[in-house]
Amino acid sequence: MTIDATQAGGRVVSGLLGEKLGMTQVWDENNRVVPITVVKAGPCVVTQVRTPERDGYDAVQISYGAPNPRKVTKPAQGHFDKAGVTPRRHTVEFRTRDASEYTLGQELTVDVFEAGQKVDVTGTSKGKGFAGVMKRHGFHGLRSSHGVHGKHRSPGAIGGCATPGRVFKGQQMAGRMGGERVTVQSLAIHAVDPDNGLLLLKGAVPGPNGGVVLVRTAVKEASK
Amino acid sequence: MHTLDVVDAAQLRDDIPAFKAGDTVKVHVRVVEGNRSRIQVFQGVVIRRQGSGIRETFTVRKISFGVGVERTFPVHTPIINKIEVVTRGHVRRAKLYYLRNRRGKAARIPEKRN
Repeated sequence: MTIDATQAGGRVVSGLLGEKLGMTQVWDENNRVVPITVVKAGPCVVTQVRTPERDGYDAVQISYGAPNPRKVTKPAQGHFDKAGVTPRRHTVEFRTRDASEYTLGQELTVDVFEAGQKVDVTGTSKGKGFAGVMKRHGFHGLRSSHGVHGKHRSPGAIGGCATPGRVFKGQQMAGRMGGERVTVQSLAIHAVDPDNGLLLLKGAVPGPNGGVVLVRTAVKEASK
Repeated sequence: MHTLDVVDAAQLRDDIPAFKAGDTVKVHVRVVEGNRSRIQVFQGVVIRRQGSGIRETFTVRKISFGVGVERTFPVHTPIINKIEVVTRGHVRRAKLYYLRNRRGKAARIPEKRN
């Protein structure tokens, strides 16, 4: 999976790839229960630094995870050789103003984040298969009585009759649900565990346990 | 070994005595009022223990001024100062919900004989 993160280049962004380990709970300093998603983030390596002179924008490309050596293609091998690192499984790029401060082959760990900071987390949501409109789009369905028969979870009408004489584009219908890229914004970092390379995020994160997620500085942090 | 044992281990308490449904316990609860805290004792019968690991909870039932009061605590919560087991009860099920329909003498639990 390759996630391309495109963001405004004006902000300083830190990012890490990681693996969602699962959810648990911890108690905070007020002895209240906090729901926690544990993400094993990093270590990532910098595989490319984009510069305005060469690429027209500032960005950092990072890679993470051990690949199946058989599946590393020659072009990918060449790309990693250029950075002086062993091949990795997943690669993403995120735009940041301070891209020039990164060096090729530099190793990034959870130290780039600190407790209390807000982050955006991007992952691939769990696949739900072919889902009806109630589950997929939150439709209310039809009534359970008053003459409704065998159509309780149906969408109802999907458009007019002779005018417009067609169904509008974008009409929400049943279909494949989940398995798409989802970003959850402004999750607070409850704690950082540098020894085990863990991030404890308050709240839920898209995707199954073991799924690859991208954690980066929140877009909306500055405005708060 | 589960994946998140590393995270949970720091939160688990090892000073909780063994107790189960039917036991009468005194739960010493830390209560914060404004900026000072004191200890409040909640004494009653454990009517259930459910869940496992860091999520495990137990429910204590007592009769307060003729009204049944149930309070559920996480086993590993830091607000519990200590738990004292007063008596070990002899019961034949794990969830004592039948106590809710009984009062007075009928709601007694015989003490465990060993």
